[in-house]
Amino acid sequence: MSDVLSMTGAPAKEPAHRPAQRGAPPPLEVRDLVLRFGEAAVLDGLSLTLGPRGCTMIMGPNGAGKSLLLKLLHGLLPPTSGRIDWGGHTAPAMTARQALVFQKPVLLRRSVAANIDFVLKARRKDPARRDGLLAHVGLAHKAGQPARLLSGGEAQRLALARALATDPDVLLLDEPTASLDPASVLAIEGIVAQARDRGVRIIFVTHDVGQARRMADDVVFLHRGRVSAHSPAHDFFPEPACDAARAYLDGRIVV
Amino acid sequence: MQSIIDALGLAFALVFSADADLLEIVLLSLRVSLTAAAVACVIGLPIGALVAIGRFRGRNAVLIVMNALMGLPPVVVGLLVYLHLSRSGPLGFLGLLYTPTAMIIAQTILIAPIVAALSRQVLEDLHAEYAEQFRSLCLTRIQTVRALIWDARYSLLTVGLAGFGRAVAEVGAVIIVGGNIDHMTRVMTTAIALETSRGDLALALALGIILLVISLGVNAAVQSVRMTAARQAYV
Ligand SMILES: Nc1ncnc2c1ncn2[C@@H]1O[C@H](COP(=O)(O)OP(=O)(O)OP(=O)(O)O)[C@@H](O)[C@H]1O
Ligand SMILES: [Mg+2]
Repeated sequence: MSDVLSMTGAPAKEPAHRPAQRGAPPPLEVRDLVLRFGEAAVLDGLSLTLGPRGCTMIMGPNGAGKSLLLKLLHGLLPPTSGRIDWGGHTAPAMTARQALVFQKPVLLRRSVAANIDFVLKARRKDPARRDGLLAHVGLAHKAGQPARLLSGGEAQRLALARALATDPDVLLLDEPTASLDPASVLAIEGIVAQARDRGVRIIFVTHDVGQARRMADDVVFLHRGRVSAHSPAHDFFPEPACDAARAYLDGRIVV
Repeated sequence: MQSIIDALGLAFALVFSADADLLEIVLLSLRVSLTAAAVACVIGLPIGALVAIGRFRGRNAVLIVMNALMGLPPVVVGLLVYLHLSRSGPLGFLGLLYTPTAMIIAQTILIAPIVAALSRQVLEDLHAEYAEQFRSLCLTRIQTVRALIWDARYSLLTVGLAGFGRAVAEVGAVIIVGGNIDHMTRVMTTAIALETSRGDLALALALGIILLVISLGVNAAVQSVRMTAARQAYV
């Protein structure tokens, strides 16, 4: 409990906890990560090493712990045990250099435009970027509308625009196209690909196998609280490295 | 029965003729209770916000006290303020007893806890929804509080209206510290109490009608604020 409190309160004193400076995305090293809720271990000794560039797709059945892993990497949640190291920085020290698009976006009770204005102002970014960001995700025509009246797909686009507004070095995406129509899926993938080409590190959770094929540089497959497969995309799809991943790609139920 | 009907006729006559004495009483009531509601918001809202978002030692105790103070009986508040402001009391030198200021103080004490407790609830619920997103955005405490208050603006407005509604309808506190002095501290509720006991039912009824209309107006305002908020999905 005290861990939870210290994360929401004042920054801790250790040097490693000081917010990391902006710049090139660091590599990620996760060791023996355990996350328990009571008796149940959602993550059970997960280890993972990622390089500093590219787009990593995270896949795995419902309840595998993908969303929780993103929150741990983002520093929003303290693990029960284990270590997350972003090039020498802890996860909480990296929060400001990352943006997380949540699976269920939380939008402010304001207009679409004001949702972006809010983030630009809070993070001291150029306020003139708002219209460009909205146009970028195809929401320019909705600028004056209350954000809470957006459709599911529009809300996800606004959440992506808000994430991009913070100029993240690392972009964590939790099923950002889950309720988009096919054309919008491709549009969003284009935006994410552009960000990757600018050097933003992408970590992307999806259930969409086609999307994973289109976007992935490498694929991480979560199963039973661990990484059961991690390989470059050109190896993963033809020859999944574990039975669970093979079953998942074949559309069989994975338990 | 006939006398009541006569009184009612006279009461409406008073209301529609905008009788000067009647108007004076109504305006003083509004001035006292609106001021008290405004001051109570200035005091209660920051306290509510602090308790909603802050994690400090003694927070639970503050919560309990706040909720207990919500149910303060007006006569007790009146008595306590009276004891402080009376000539021999610690604040007697201010000479405030039996003035509108004393009435404003009493009503502020009465409704500030209500404003604090209700706004705490509103802001805490909203914070529960926003907290993770705000932490992801690395907002400071101040930015968080400001965003919560702005996004809860419609709910907080109804909290302020509720405070005003309670103040304008109470009689126990203002009669003790105001004394119901004609042309000085006579407000609607105290006038109704006095005129009824003196048998001037027409004036009492006239004031009762106006008080009722004000209460209905406050409720209508709360309702329309809620509907506006819902229409714009700001709930
Ligand atoms: N606060 C919590 N308390 C207890 N269990 C939780 C809590 N949060 C999440 N869980 C459990 O942890 C498991 C993993 O959740 P998570 O949201 O990470 O799954 P996921 O892999 O993202 O699934 P999906 O594909 O459905 O989004 C789930 O079984 C969930 O019920
Ligand atoms: Mg999920």
